[in-house]
Amino acid sequence: MKKQLQTFLKYRFLLENLISRDLKVKYRRSVLGLCWSILNPLLMMLIITAVFSTIFRFEVENFSIYYLTGWLIFNFVSESTTAALQSIVNSATLIKKVYIPKYIFPLEKILFSFVNMFFSMIAVAIMIAVACLMGNMQLSWTMLLFPVPMLYALVFCIGFGMLIAAINVFFRDMGHLYSVCVTAWMYLTPIIYPMEALDRAQWVLPIIKCNPLYYYVTYFRDVVMYNTVPGPADNLICIGFSLAFLLLGGWVFKRTQDRFILHI
Amino acid sequence: MGNAVEVSNVSMRFNMSKDKVDSIKEYMIRLVKRQLFFEEFWALKEVSFSVEKGDVFGIVGLNGSGKSTLLKTISGILKPTEGRVYTEGVISPMIELGAGFDTDLTARENVFLNGSVLGFSRAQMKEKFDEIVEFAELQEFVDVAVKNFSSGMVARLAFSIATVIKPDILIVDEILAVGDFLFQQKCEQRIQELMSGGTTVLIVSHSIEQIERLCHRVLWLEHGRMRMLGDTQEVCGLYKQATRDG
Repeated sequence: MKKQLQTFLKYRFLLENLISRDLKVKYRRSVLGLCWSILNPLLMMLIITAVFSTIFRFEVENFSIYYLTGWLIFNFVSESTTAALQSIVNSATLIKKVYIPKYIFPLEKILFSFVNMFFSMIAVAIMIAVACLMGNMQLSWTMLLFPVPMLYALVFCIGFGMLIAAINVFFRDMGHLYSVCVTAWMYLTPIIYPMEALDRAQWVLPIIKCNPLYYYVTYFRDVVMYNTVPGPADNLICIGFSLAFLLLGGWVFKRTQDRFILHI
Repeated sequence: MGNAVEVSNVSMRFNMSKDKVDSIKEYMIRLVKRQLFFEEFWALKEVSFSVEKGDVFGIVGLNGSGKSTLLKTISGILKPTEGRVYTEGVISPMIELGAGFDTDLTARENVFLNGSVLGFSRAQMKEKFDEIVEFAELQEFVDVAVKNFSSGMVARLAFSIATVIKPDILIVDEILAVGDFLFQQKCEQRIQELMSGGTTVLIVSHSIEQIERLCHRVLWLEHGRMRMLGDTQEVCGLYKQATRDG
């Protein structure tokens, strides 16, 4: 355990370097660069709000913020895990030539998206500020708890990312299948619809209750939008999901990592 | 003096499937048909040797004799199917130069990236940055993207990163054949400097002259098995004879 911690500290600089490399490559040759992490969600929000306040109507207070908060968490999870999924396979040249602890690769992708999410959080902050100025929302100290659900989601993503990255090494089908799964996952998370909209389709509820993202998104909205602090039960569910996936992913990854090199 | 590298009874097995099964559908079909059997291929079989600290050890053999596989097990990239590898200290593997370069980034960015791939810290790289660039003779090109470099320039940069911080064990696989004549001389000089500084060096090369010039002891591999292990003159002499006759 102590030795593993030492190796992790030794490769911390690599982790930082890979993350900054990804940032540089992502925004290379774009004029606005990192501003896109803030602009993108705002533009998406404009479209979604336009569509859902005219064509399909949901009775949700502050719909644009409702959407944006859901989108922020979901986008982090889908983006980071999709990148983590391919991380081992895409690092084949490196893995074949130098010894590096292999969990660095999925971990790096997850952390990169996590950093990105913090930039996108600025978009949420801007919208909340606007809503407060217009008197639609009130500032509250609970908003400062916003990193808590993000951290829960982060731990979940690290575990889940390691799990699917390992599976993808042996079955490349995972990559094709996953994009479909992400779409289904998006609709099973209350991002654009309120939970009340499910009254007409009660049978979906048990499925949604199995979706860890539902809890993270709800938690996030509770502290950011509704000025409430989730109780111990909600926290326990979130922690339970996160740790369960971290342990499962870590275990599968550890069991299979020595055979990665034979399949990439 | 103790041993820097100890290889005991190492065997490495690969499953050679003629066509790789990597989709669930195919896997299922083969599972049903019971065709999931692979041909076994032993790239290494019962290899044992040890290298003393500060020694320079050469490995010779024809193509496909398992030299690179052996180096990969020593540097921890491959885990041996059987047996054990024990190493002491920081290993700098130069299995192939330039692994870990991102060609979209500049030389400066790649120095830090590649340094961290080899497990060095930021402070170490900052301190040695100038030295690296100077040794690679790339002062004018530090802010040019590596994708615009010639292969010789890439190799020079990679070599100087891998050797600037004195590793305890340096693994060199057939890389001294890159760059022009002058740079090759420079590389050899650098390796000799490291050797006199106590670094253990493992070299794989097809250039038997190079092995004879640099190494103290040599292992001769044939089809994954140890053919001979011993003094450079002795092993190289027989190896040259065998390859000439064969």
